[in-house]
Amino acid sequence: MLKKHQILERNSILMLILVIVVVSIGGLVEIVPLFRVETTIEKVSGMRPYTPLELVGQNIYIREGCSLCHSQQIRPLRDEVERYGHYSLAAESMYDHPFLWGSKRTGPDLARVGGKYSDDWQRAHLIDPRSVVPESIMPAYGFLMKRGVDFNTIDAHLRALRVTGVPYTDAMIANAKQDGMDQARGDADNSGLIARYGNKVNQRDFDGQPEFISEMDALVAYLQVLGTLADIKDYKPQEK
Amino acid sequence: MQTTTIQKTSAYDDDIVKCFTLAAIFWGVVGMLVGLIIALQLAYPVLNLGEYLSFGRLRPVHTSGVIFAFGGNVLFATSYFVVQRTCQVRLWGGFLPKFTFFGYQFFIVMAALGYVLGITQGKEYAEPEWYADLWLTVVWVAYLLVFLGTVIKRKEPHIYVANWFFMAFIITVAVLHLVNGATIPVSLLDVKSYPMWGGVQAALIQWWYGHNAVGFFLTAGFLGIMYYFVPKRAGRPVYSYRLSILHFWSLIFIYIWAGPHHLHYTALPDWAQTLGMTFSIMLWMPSWGGMINGVMTLSGAWNKLREDPVLRFMIISLAFYGMSTFEGPMMSIKTVNSLSHYTDWTIGHVHSGALGWVAFISFGAIYHLVPVLWGRKEMYSLRLVNTHLWISTIGIVLYITSMWVSGIMQGLMWRTYDSLGFLQYSFVETVAAMHPMYLIRALGGALFLAGTLIMVYNCWKTIKGCAKTCGSCGCDKEKAYA
Repeated sequence: MLKKHQILERNSILMLILVIVVVSIGGLVEIVPLFRVETTIEKVSGMRPYTPLELVGQNIYIREGCSLCHSQQIRPLRDEVERYGHYSLAAESMYDHPFLWGSKRTGPDLARVGGKYSDDWQRAHLIDPRSVVPESIMPAYGFLMKRGVDFNTIDAHLRALRVTGVPYTDAMIANAKQDGMDQARGDADNSGLIARYGNKVNQRDFDGQPEFISEMDALVAYLQVLGTLADIKDYKPQEK
Repeated sequence: MQTTTIQKTSAYDDDIVKCFTLAAIFWGVVGMLVGLIIALQLAYPVLNLGEYLSFGRLRPVHTSGVIFAFGGNVLFATSYFVVQRTCQVRLWGGFLPKFTFFGYQFFIVMAALGYVLGITQGKEYAEPEWYADLWLTVVWVAYLLVFLGTVIKRKEPHIYVANWFFMAFIITVAVLHLVNGATIPVSLLDVKSYPMWGGVQAALIQWWYGHNAVGFFLTAGFLGIMYYFVPKRAGRPVYSYRLSILHFWSLIFIYIWAGPHHLHYTALPDWAQTLGMTFSIMLWMPSWGGMINGVMTLSGAWNKLREDPVLRFMIISLAFYGMSTFEGPMMSIKTVNSLSHYTDWTIGHVHSGALGWVAFISFGAIYHLVPVLWGRKEMYSLRLVNTHLWISTIGIVLYITSMWVSGIMQGLMWRTYDSLGFLQYSFVETVAAMHPMYLIRALGGALFLAGTLIMVYNCWKTIKGCAKTCGSCGCDKEKAYA
């Protein structure tokens, strides 16, 4: 054994190749089946790609590092299910690029925060967290109110996501800019938005500034959709 | 005389090692300072000063700063230093080593500026956007070429064990970076990109990457450092050659499997979680193989621990390595993980490894390197080395104990029920309960940073030429070290 190892110690290329082989095995065994085994992602109805406004909101969520303190992954443990709701399914994050499960709960889990608080609460909380939760240690994000959303390149974002496998249709991409603006206006015609994203889509002025589409609109729209898409009530765990 | 000077200048390329050493010290201070700032932000949220300096933007500056900027520069410095000496040749590659230096510093600046401006892929420890990732790939290939080129033209028939670890670290980090970094840019003029992998697959690939950033960047690479500097400093050969072989191959084989323990009880399929847990527990043994091999190298020379604070740094680092590689497998057990996951226990665990193991073995290496590189007999003050050691050790102890308490306390509070069967605590009550622990943690971090600043002063004095042996600058106060 030791004698044989001498061969490796004298040949750097051979050693390098063997290292690559040895470190590849574990990764291949764990990662490849995850793409091949069909039961990895449950069949559950209701999932759809994010609307342009929600996508912009998710990008703000990523930009501000929200996922460093807030998980989006409820574990099937009694206290978590009671605190946050039904445990998370793989299908619920299938259109998340990147995934935002998080690894730390400095703040609470947000996987099912959608619809739990009003837009007003979310806005007030983001502008000054301690005005609604005195003990909160979250940073304030008031500047989102003043920053406008630019939908001019949003179609390119949808196209990039389609390359990664998110099923955006040609119509969604062609109408991305209009859909983005329509969703943040309470009075806009919503037939196109509903045709493309379903009739559950939240369409209203999220930030309390009707004439202005701010980053706050986008972020609140994103938060309000979290965990509301999949029809959890219809979901039945597979029989073993 | 003339021939010896030529010999000296052409034998080894030490200028590049000097550059990386200074960069490591600089980025170490920056990364640790940002760490202290974000620790204080968690205790006092008013310290989130506006958009660019909020916790969410500074946290990757801290993690990348200490892991990739400090740790990375230490790895470059030591691997270039070690590979030349153990292969008995000058660094290969002409301008390439210089390119890796400037290229790597450029990457760090590009990445850190991006974080502050909100440009991030949002994946922990893999935050840089596509353009920075591409640039890093170029630099990393150059690094591999320099290292491998030097090993290939070696004059020693055998490749020394430290170089196995460096080689495994460089090549595996390349593989991890390429697979996890796969991303689709919105356009060539847009800094934003969308990662190729999504949802559950992205989660596993990310933690396959993330855990092996720990396993190969922060462990294999630093074991390479250990395998050169501990025997060198102790003046003894490595304890067991057989153990080196055994633990090298088992370590790199098993580490790769351990990633899923970051995803226990999530939507990742159970079979993957179980595999991850099993291999994480197995990982305990090869990890301790490295620790034993390092510590036992001192057998017959234990007295040096009393005399040499630099060696003390290295041995304490191995003790922390042993502790955190026991704690890690324990936390990877699903039952334990159901409590520890999402809490500060994880943060404490990371820091016992990062501060205790990675930073301490780095400090030991730096204290050995600086006098050698700048042609001094010894550090300016070994007493200050000792002061650094103890201030930082106290800092680490405060840090990890406060995080144990806060993590276990919060995990237990989350799952506490009252007598009527309702959850006892609201989330924010658990946040408020952690405040004292966050203060203690910040104090621990401040002590650790203070220790590092002592090192900066000591290195500066050493480089300037103020050593105990130099009488002219009147700084020969050191009596402790003969």
